[in-house]
Amino acid sequence: MQIRREDVDHVADLARLSLSEEEREKMTRELNSILGHVDKLNELKTDGVQPTFHVLASLKNVTRKDEVIHGLDRDRALQNAPSQKSGCFAVPKTVE
Amino acid sequence: MTWETIIGLEVHVELKTESKIFCNCSTRFGGEPNTQVCPVCLGLPGALPVLNQQALEFATRAALALNCQIAGYSKFDRKNYFYPDLPKAYQISQYDLPLAEHGHVDFIFGGEPRRVRIRRIHLEEDAGKLLHSEDGGLSADANVSLVDFNRSGVPLIEIVSEPDLRSGEEARAYLNRLKTILAYADVSHLKMEEGNLRADVNVSVRPTGSTEFGTRTEMKNVSSFRAVVRGIEYEAERQVKVLDEGGSIRQETRQWNETKGVTIALRSKEEAHDYRYFPDPDLPALDISRDFVEGVRANLPELPDARQARYVRDYGLRDVDAGILTSDLSLAAFFEEAAGLYPKDPKAVANWVLGDLLRIMNARAAESDEIPITPKQLADTLMLIDRGTISGKIAKTVFEETMATGKDPEVIVKEKGLVQISDTSELEKVIADVIAANPQPVADFRSGKETALGFLVGQVMKATRGKANPGIVNELLMKALK
Ligand SMILES: [Zn+2]
Repeated sequence: MQIRREDVDHVADLARLSLSEEEREKMTRELNSILGHVDKLNELKTDGVQPTFHVLASLKNVTRKDEVIHGLDRDRALQNAPSQKSGCFAVPKTVE
Repeated sequence: MTWETIIGLEVHVELKTESKIFCNCSTRFGGEPNTQVCPVCLGLPGALPVLNQQALEFATRAALALNCQIAGYSKFDRKNYFYPDLPKAYQISQYDLPLAEHGHVDFIFGGEPRRVRIRRIHLEEDAGKLLHSEDGGLSADANVSLVDFNRSGVPLIEIVSEPDLRSGEEARAYLNRLKTILAYADVSHLKMEEGNLRADVNVSVRPTGSTEFGTRTEMKNVSSFRAVVRGIEYEAERQVKVLDEGGSIRQETRQWNETKGVTIALRSKEEAHDYRYFPDPDLPALDISRDFVEGVRANLPELPDARQARYVRDYGLRDVDAGILTSDLSLAAFFEEAAGLYPKDPKAVANWVLGDLLRIMNARAAESDEIPITPKQLADTLMLIDRGTISGKIAKTVFEETMATGKDPEVIVKEKGLVQISDTSELEKVIADVIAANPQPVADFRSGKETALGFLVGQVMKATRGKANPGIVNELLMKALK
């Protein structure tokens, strides 16, 4: 698979990254190199091998009891918010 | 050309756990903003989500109630998108290995049995809540929205149907049945006004007889059944109009505007649907044992179909009546308790519930979980009839009065002087007056016109304001007219 400049722009856009002209070039090059390596892995015969959905394959079914424990006080929760109002996080308006 | 509407629904249901799906914060509705939050549900770096066992059990229970197969292996994935109500910029959801698949919901629509297939059910977390100035909320500033993360992380199941529905009303029937089944399964508070149940509605149209699907649009987060129906009807009509005029449908997300009664295309980035799912490394996979599934199945409460069949079998009710009673858990519970208190005639109890009770509740637009009379009060009313204290006719008055005031039937009968007159000497006097005042019907009856008797009985009932014992009146009238 070949990564094009448009693909980099698209992914950057989805990730809300603003890239300079040089960075876009660099990303295109590096992503292609990474995918080249993955392509190499694709040459391996993996018939009959279970997909690795999780790196900790032996760790399964980790759950907790349904119990309420107070988390953060509101002042603490809002402490690092760039903007807050009426006990809420204030963000740029989202709906027209 | 005629068109067929194709509808698929993705229904989000909040589960009724005490704490959130991946952290211990409370799920309680209506708290002060941002008072039920922690590093996990605020998406702070380094926080580690851990799955709530109860959420897994509720989801499994719901899936079994909806006839699904539970996966042997399931996992959580990150669904990546930016929105201010989503603090991590991804939602923990399930992508290619959902908890359950291949279910179905059976219901009656237009007198016909229908089956809608369930494609999948998966677990995910709810987002926070955005408050806008036009909602009359806390934000008076038109340029900012406020975010309350109390809802962030409340457990949800998403129930995805196959595109098996063909009209807005059919969608409503499906949603009603789904809601009933979930109420019986006891997995959610199902309060519509608190947003416990919301639907994403996919609509497309195609020429009748065609087997290919048209391009669909999606209405997100529709929070009432009425809005679902209206949205579908509007959207289908809009699409047909576009196609009739030679245009084409764009695959897009549209928003249903309840006040204006229209759907509006959301100004969304072209690639908004590119969620780049990948497995969430914070959450170990689920290896779901058959023991676990069978344990949940064994504890599954009785479901509406089974209860309907039981009412027919044990109480001798008609299938259609049992269907109406069991379509609502509160109504069914009311009926069953009243029938237990009045075991000699469950059918009479059913008739009162399906007749007077529903009529009065509908007239008041009351919710079924606010039945303003107790099962005992209904049973007591029926026993007052049996004892001859009141007539069947007066019983209706008493019943209405109990529904209106909450007072016990005995108290109403006493206060309003509604005790049935069975005293023959008192009734004989009234009958003599009625005979004297109505010579023509009396003559009619004597010349063989039997129907005249009914009129005369009516006059006696009227004179006693319905309190006369009709059996005794009949008997005495016949005697007097001979
Ligand atoms: Zn939390």
